[in-house]
Amino acid sequence: MRVTLHVWRQAGPAALGKFVHYDVSDVSADMSFLELLDVLNQQLIGRREDPIAFDHDCREGICGACGMVINGRPHGPQHATTACQLHMRSFPDAAELWIEPWRARAFPVIKDLVVDRGALDRIVQAGGFITARTGSAPDANAIPVPKPDADRAMDAAACIGCGACVAACPNASAMLFVAAKVSHLGLLPQGQPERAGRVVSMVARMDAEGFGACTNHGECMAACPKEISIDFIAQLNRDYLKAVVSRKPQVSGENGRNA
Amino acid sequence: MTLELRAKTPGGPLAEKWERHRAELRLVNPANKRKHHVIVVGSGLAGASGAASLAELGYTVSCFCFQDSPRRAHSIAAQGGINAAKNYQNDGDSVHRLFYDTIKGGDFRSREANVYRLAEISARIIDQCVAQGVPFAREYGGLLANRSFGGVQVSRTFYARGQTGQQLLLGAYQALCRQIGAGQVRMYPRTEMLDLVVVDGQARGIITRSLVDGKIAAHVADAVVLATGGYSNVYYLSTNAKGCNVTAIWRAHKRGAALANPCFTQIHPTCIPPTGHHQAKLTLMSESLRNDGRIWVPLRKGDSRAPGDIPEAERDYYLERLYPSYGNLVPRDLASRRAKEVCDEGRGVGPGGGHGVYLDLRDAIARLGDAAIADRYGNLFQMYERITAESPYRVPMRIYPAPHYTMGGLWVDYNLMSTIPGLHVIGEANFSDHGANRLGASALMQGLADGYFILPYTIGDYLAQAKLPKLDATHPAVRQTGAEVADRTRKLIEANGRRSVDTFHRELGRLMWDRCGMSRNASGLKDAIQKICVLREEFWNDVYVGGRGEDLNQALEQAGRVADFLEFAELMCRDALEREESCGCHFREEYQTPEGEARRDDERFAYVAAWEFTGGKPPVLHKEALEFEAVHPSQRSYV
Repeated sequence: MRVTLHVWRQAGPAALGKFVHYDVSDVSADMSFLELLDVLNQQLIGRREDPIAFDHDCREGICGACGMVINGRPHGPQHATTACQLHMRSFPDAAELWIEPWRARAFPVIKDLVVDRGALDRIVQAGGFITARTGSAPDANAIPVPKPDADRAMDAAACIGCGACVAACPNASAMLFVAAKVSHLGLLPQGQPERAGRVVSMVARMDAEGFGACTNHGECMAACPKEISIDFIAQLNRDYLKAVVSRKPQVSGENGRNA
Repeated sequence: MTLELRAKTPGGPLAEKWERHRAELRLVNPANKRKHHVIVVGSGLAGASGAASLAELGYTVSCFCFQDSPRRAHSIAAQGGINAAKNYQNDGDSVHRLFYDTIKGGDFRSREANVYRLAEISARIIDQCVAQGVPFAREYGGLLANRSFGGVQVSRTFYARGQTGQQLLLGAYQALCRQIGAGQVRMYPRTEMLDLVVVDGQARGIITRSLVDGKIAAHVADAVVLATGGYSNVYYLSTNAKGCNVTAIWRAHKRGAALANPCFTQIHPTCIPPTGHHQAKLTLMSESLRNDGRIWVPLRKGDSRAPGDIPEAERDYYLERLYPSYGNLVPRDLASRRAKEVCDEGRGVGPGGGHGVYLDLRDAIARLGDAAIADRYGNLFQMYERITAESPYRVPMRIYPAPHYTMGGLWVDYNLMSTIPGLHVIGEANFSDHGANRLGASALMQGLADGYFILPYTIGDYLAQAKLPKLDATHPAVRQTGAEVADRTRKLIEANGRRSVDTFHRELGRLMWDRCGMSRNASGLKDAIQKICVLREEFWNDVYVGGRGEDLNQALEQAGRVADFLEFAELMCRDALEREESCGCHFREEYQTPEGEARRDDERFAYVAAWEFTGGKPPVLHKEALEFEAVHPSQRSYV
């Protein structure tokens, strides 16, 4: 098969970007979408043009490195699938595809399709953890966790931190990302002592990083390659409200100094 | 040269060595810890857990990763599980049994004391991870669930669906994030280590290149920890992430760290076969599928019928036939080699020349139902279907072996320190615990054991006694190393030849797979060494990188890594040539039993091969003899 691509090219953070048109022929239906870009890049290198920069690593849909908007949809048309796991058989022959980076104020473009998602790390640094100093843990079976709670925590913990939820949201909100972490840890008995402080700190950091607010569009859930449910956003809102109403003075600070 | 291998294995009975050693390790005064700066390179299970634990102790830590976030290190892709001798299943597991399984699985080519310590620590890892909120699978009573894995007869593997590595890594990453937030760790994402700084024989820092703006910078410290993973990408096609590379350990090797057993590379039996020349990497299907899946090929050569049309009597469940007591759960090296064998006989299945065997879950689905199978393997099935467009609920999966893990790595002593004082190596980057073959679910265990529970103790012993003169980036040795890195980077761009970096990497990979892959022989290895030298020369003369060194340039990143693979590959072949025996994953065709099993030679080869870099001259082999007190090396039998 063959495809026509319009790829966002931007030389650097301050440069102006634009769509550049490429035709690629001899595309195999078994190729992944990133392999298509590999093939195109080899052709560009052959012509001594600058190859397209894009983030990728595991190519198994788990590291969360890859991410691009394909025809207006983060990670492309296939439900619950990262760009690296998207295969060309998902597209008709002679398809015309528009490829852009994640677009959000909190994710500045570094080059072409590569953006800086450091803001997500900083939200976790603000409180997305359970304080458990190495060596201090009791026996793993000392605290039984009901299977439904453990399963639900795992559903939330499946988030790969790719940022598709932000790219999909009209407000560029990171609520689904934050909600997934808050819920994962809040559903477990080990996460209770810091539960209130965690949600407050993480939300404060999210706001400070320039992410928008949630207005319940639900685009995030539709784009999420790991099918994280917006029910977790409801959970976050409950936790947040409870925390600010009944906030105790001793909560883990935003800088995590609680040792 | 003066390279000396002192393993520093403590005396006393095996079961008491670690406890005793810990009591004897020197300590750093709590008030002095923050004055010590430690560099950790890599943020996978070993690196993140190590950096977080060192910071908790009070050390000042800098952590580096080439990915855009420490959470993306390749540990994240581990699917199946993590072993621990908890004996929660009451099936007779114990520290000794885990130790024995691991050392036997490694075909008696690892250090007894290290492996025992690993088994001993395993239980605490699970405690630590649960405390961090790792959502392991649980039973209805709320207690932790287990499953069994290849090469063992107990259920000791803890798991979080098919995403165990992800969940363990996120636990370590979150512990690391807590320390970053607290200002105890300074994190450098998108920053690649390109050389090690050695001053007066001690590891005192690293030279890095920012992958965003190309700036080359020097970082000095009191100790350096490499947690940079394995080198399976020397084969180009492997299950490793695209960015995984040998550069950090190779650069350290060139600065004086011995590299041990480089030819011990694991080819994983259950990967999705490649589909064409565009293939960029291979995808693993968790070994846990072998718990419920049955592996087979048609009895007849060239049988092109659909799998469902082949009657039971015309199928060869070759693992069950050859190894009745372990069946489909034999260790990885055997499962891979046997798969290659039946495919070489012309009984392979699938398009593209029959490089595949069936992994069939039909019987388990009939016995347990779709829902139970989906609960166990749902995400794996989904991944398989996405890649192949076939549903494993209806058609058996097709699998083929692929490079997956490297047991070899930098040589370390019992304290995980390399032959360069101050340079510690943890996780897959070292050679220490898996011998000639790693058992499933043991990599996660080792990475976390090193990072959480071994390095934090042993590095203190070094820092407490080392003489560490004040040093800054203006020191001549630091500047010299930095200048060499800048020079090399410039050379790559200025080569301005005709061939892309990728074509060199693919060619090298093909050569290594053919000559130094699942089976090796002397003439093939000699041929490979010659060809690698030619290819290396061609690389430096004819590579085309393009772009500039001063911004994000992914071709340049790859070029540096491929240049190092081209040097490293030669050592790997030399090591394979030198080891005239078959053991674990290292299968030399000349040394096999009539049944086609590996023939080990304990008389001549019961040693760790530690190679010394000599700069231009052939590398020098140093041998660390392996002595066994608690176990008696026997021919592995899984029949």
